[in-house]
Order: sequence, then structure tokens, then C-alpha cells
Amino acid sequence: MPLPEGTYGLMAEFETPTQLVRAAKAAHGAGYRRMDCYTPYPVEEAAEAIGFHRDEVSLVCLIGGLLGLAAMFTLETWISVWAYPVNVAGRPYYSWPAFVVPAYEWTILWAGLSAAFGMLALCGLPKPYHPVFNAPNFRSGATTDKFFLCLEATDPKFDTTETRSFLEKQAPLSVVEVEY
Amino acid sequence: MATKDAPVNNPMIDPVTEEYRVIAPGHTFKSVTEEVSRIVLTSHTPLGWWFAVLVAGSVAGMLLTAVTWLFLEGVGIWGITIPVAWGFAIINFVWWIGIGHAGTLISAILLLFKQGWRNSINRFAEAMTIFAVVCAGMFPLIHMGRPWLGYWLFPYPSTMNYWPQFRSPLVWDVFAVSTYATISVVFWYIGMIPDLGTLRDRSQSKFGQFFYGLLAVGWRGSVRHWVRYETASLLLAGLATPLVLSVHSVISLDFSVALMPGWHTTIFPPYFVAGAIYSGFAMVLTLAIPIRRFYHLEDLITIRHIDNMGKVMLATGMIVAYGYSTEVFMSWYSASHWEYFMMWNRMFGPMGWSYWVLITCNIALPQLMWLRKFRVNVGLMFLMSLIVNTGMWFERFVIVVTSLTRDYLPSSWGTYRATKWDYMTFVGTLGLFTFLFLLFVRFLPMIPMSELRMMLPQAKLKEVHGEPLPEAGD
Repeated sequence: MPLPEGTYGLMAEFETPTQLVRAAKAAHGAGYRRMDCYTPYPVEEAAEAIGFHRDEVSLVCLIGGLLGLAAMFTLETWISVWAYPVNVAGRPYYSWPAFVVPAYEWTILWAGLSAAFGMLALCGLPKPYHPVFNAPNFRSGATTDKFFLCLEATDPKFDTTETRSFLEKQAPLSVVEVEY
Repeated sequence: MATKDAPVNNPMIDPVTEEYRVIAPGHTFKSVTEEVSRIVLTSHTPLGWWFAVLVAGSVAGMLLTAVTWLFLEGVGIWGITIPVAWGFAIINFVWWIGIGHAGTLISAILLLFKQGWRNSINRFAEAMTIFAVVCAGMFPLIHMGRPWLGYWLFPYPSTMNYWPQFRSPLVWDVFAVSTYATISVVFWYIGMIPDLGTLRDRSQSKFGQFFYGLLAVGWRGSVRHWVRYETASLLLAGLATPLVLSVHSVISLDFSVALMPGWHTTIFPPYFVAGAIYSGFAMVLTLAIPIRRFYHLEDLITIRHIDNMGKVMLATGMIVAYGYSTEVFMSWYSASHWEYFMMWNRMFGPMGWSYWVLITCNIALPQLMWLRKFRVNVGLMFLMSLIVNTGMWFERFVIVVTSLTRDYLPSSWGTYRATKWDYMTFVGTLGLFTFLFLLFVRFLPMIPMSELRMMLPQAKLKEVHGEPLPEAGD
């Protein structure tokens, strides 16, 4: 795949989360869809404003947990009943109450790993390079104290001059063009 | 200083609630970020840090020496014998893992209960968990005699056609502790990713940018990522909560499944968990108090935190006290000759002094924490944290040693005396723990910056759906 060239999008910087959410709502209302907000801490209202309501992390976690439970319980049963049956004072080989504890631990282990790595995978991370880092004011602000809204060039409604004047109206600190 | 006689203009006290503030007033997103990141990104490592690393490293070197000699000579260099085959190794294992539990409690359970004050201390409490689990996990391994065969504990298709015995709590322990270690590391790391992004962006050196950039996996603060990140954090907290309760319960089953008098009781799981949280909070205080002073973090780790931790210690200490009194009551009420003798032996036998050390440190002295004046006195709380940790170590000593030295048959009675190698190994783990913690404090963000930003008043939106909120005015 050839490396994309040209403009990735237009990035507006805001001083407060309120301004960001207002601008994001306005952009969504104006018909922009391919956009993202960048904030130094979670601003749920901004995610809602750009139409991102559901994440699949919980589902991934549930599936992981159930797999862990099934894997360990099956392993314990197979080992204790078929692979290595040990008769301890006549107790049944299939002593399921004793198997609950490791199965419980593995449920948590797999669910936790699925939630953590599933979250990263759904986010498309690790991704050390991303065009937004090219915005000159991004690195000093996005992870510290500033709020960004980026309208992406792949959006059908995107037009460099029109989108720029739209963003200028939202009272940003600045609007910069982000290159690939 | 209690609230009532505090000067009205004390900026650390909220005039409305009359409570100590969680963060000092007047901070901005930038100032809290700088406050935390300067510790990591400074090019001038404080001399005190080097000194502490040197001391802690030397003590950790003692551990290395002791363990090397142990591997060469075998566990015979320790004081363990028959009947006390467990000795220091299990005492230290239980003690360390208990310390770790407060980290998970702070980061997971208090998150679920929406206790905002935990945000400043959760990161280093989690780090404490990990390093405590490192120290704890070492003891069963080196106690095995042939630690290089430690992997036999795990189920794997071996040429001996051997598989673990899943009906034994000792095997449950393997899964509980390994899960606990893994989930703690993952929770800690995932929580740190946004802050690593901050460090990457603020670092002035090429190496720093590369190092933190690698660890930050390209975090860019997209709100879509934040939403998933918040869900994952909440899920991990929800998973870590039952996990932490299960880990110490499983450890207590190592004891209570055995038929030993003093061990074979159903109160062990809850009472072990409470004791774990008790000692863990004490260790958080032991670490937090010097750190906030050394790095001038009084604005972020405030008196409020120390006060609250004192309250949690008091509460868990009372649960532990309830556990002790139940043990005493049951030894009489059970009408079991051996239980009765066990309790008498614990209190007045040859090692009876250790029981009274435990009662003094864990029950009597902590009652001082009922006083608010005591809880907001940083120096006294530091002292109390050391006392409680000592008491909790003695609790495990009493449980392990007094029960094992004198069981059912007087002909099999014995005694226990730790050797210098036991002491060197134990003190050495304290050194290793401190050493790892010092590295963490220097190279990773010890206070979660993104969570501090959320706690600032300016993080609140001033309007919702175009409607200004009451206190609006931007």
C-alpha cells in the first residue's frame, strides 16, 4: 500500500473541554463524520458529541473470561479423571468443588488479559506513528492541558477552506493543517 | 491539627465541608502535570535518591548472598526443622502478599466505590503491589529446595506423565498468585499508558522520547480510545476486586485445610483478607509519607489521604481484632482439648511473648487512630504504619510457629529458631522491595496525571446540551 500523502485533516485547538464539546457537537451537526477529539483526560461528552457511543471492550472481556473458565475446568477434569487419576481416601476423581478455585482464577486471568489487550487492539494500538503528531501544537498540549478537534480530509464534506472557516467560528486557539 | 481549631483561612480545608482537600487549590492541568513529570524528567537526579538506592541496593545484595548460599547448600541453612517445616519462608510469603493487597484495594475497590481521593495514591500503591508480589513469590520458590524445578507446579505434558493435584490448596495457590501477579502488572501498565504518553511528549531527550514513546504504544488521547480505556479500567477493577479477595482466601486455605489446631478454622479467609488490607495500607503510608516529603508532593498527597488511610486501617484493624477474639472464643466454645491448649500455648507458652507483641501492635496501639488529631499527624501516622506492619508480621509468625511447634502429640513437639540466613533473606527482601520502588519513583510517573486532571474543578463541563450548568461562566 502506498503511503498516503497530502492533508490528513484540520486540527482546532481549544482551551477548555466545554468549548471542545460545543465545537464537536457543531461539527457533527454540520454533517462531519470522520473526525476525532484528543483530550488530556477522558471527556465522555466529547465522545458522545462525535457519535461514538459503544465500545466492544466488555464483550471481548466476557468472551475471554468464559474461555478461561472453560479451559481450566476442562483441563482439571481431564487431568483428575483421565490423565492422572489419584485416589485420595476414596474421594471421587471428579471432585468439582475443588476445581472451582483454579477455574475461578483463570476466568479472571483471561478476562483481564482480554480486557486489556482487547482494548489496545480495538484502539489500533500500538501505533507509534500517527499523522496528528505532525501538528506543531499537538504534542505540547494534547497530553497535558489542551483540547483538540480534528476534522479528517477523508470526510466527504471536507473542504480545506470551508472546513477551516467552520472551525474558525468555534472560537479555537488555533486551526492548523495536519499533513500525513 | 483538627478541623475545629484549624485557622479558618487554612487553604487546605474546604470551607463548605470542613474536610481536608484532596488536592491543594489553585492547580491547573499544566501545574499538576509538571508537578508529577518533573520528578521523572529532571536531568538532576537528587543526591538523596542515589543514597537511598545505594543503601537499598546493598540490602538487596544481602538477599542475593543469602539466596546464593541457599542454592549451594540447601534449605538446611535455615532454621526450619521438623515439626516447624514452614518457618520464615511462609511467614514472609504471607506477609508480603498481604502488603500487596492494599494496592489492589486502592486501585480497584476504591475505584468501584468512586472514592476520588484514591487517584493520587493508586499508581504507587499498585507499584507497591507488584514489588510486594515479587518479594512474596520468591519465598515459596526458594523454599522448595530445588527451585529450578519450580515449573513442576504448572500443568504441562511432562515426560514423567505427572500432573498437578488439583484438590490441594497449594496448587490453587499457584494459580491464585500467578493470576494476581499478572493482572496487577497489566492493570498497572494499562493505567499508566496515558501518562507515558505525557512523558513522551514532555521529554526533552531523544532517549526519553524513544523510551517513553515505546512504552506509550502511540497513545494520542483520542476520545474513542479514552472511552475504551475507561471501560477496560473499570472491567479490570471489577475483576481485580474478587481476585484480591480470593488470593488471600486461597492462601489462608493452605493453613485451614490442614488439621493443625489453630489453623483448622473457617474464619481464616475473611480474617486473612482483612489483615492483608490492614498491613497493606500501613505499607502505603510507610512509603507515601517519606515520598511526599522528599519530592514536595504535599499538594497532591494531602492530609486528607493520610486521614482516610488511617480510617481504613482502623476499620480493617477492628475486623482483625474480631478475628482474634473469635479464635479465642472458639478455642473455649469448641470444647476441644487441643484447641484450648493451642490458645493457652499461644498466649503463655514459650513463644507467648510474640502473641502479646501482636496484640499490642495490631489492636492496642492502633486504637489511637480513633483520634482525628492522631490521624492528621504525619509523623505519628508514619510510626503507626511501622507498628502495624510489625504486628502483622508477628501475626503470621504466631500462626505458623506456635501451631507447628506443639501439635497433638507431645512426643513430636519441638521448637523453632531462625538462623542468620533467615534474617538475611527477610531483611534482603525489604531491600529489594525498596530498591525496585526507588527505580519506579525515578523512571515512571508515580501519580496518575490524567486522573489528577479529572479531579480539578476546571475539568467539569460548563454546559450540557447547550444549557449552561448553574456555576457556569466561561
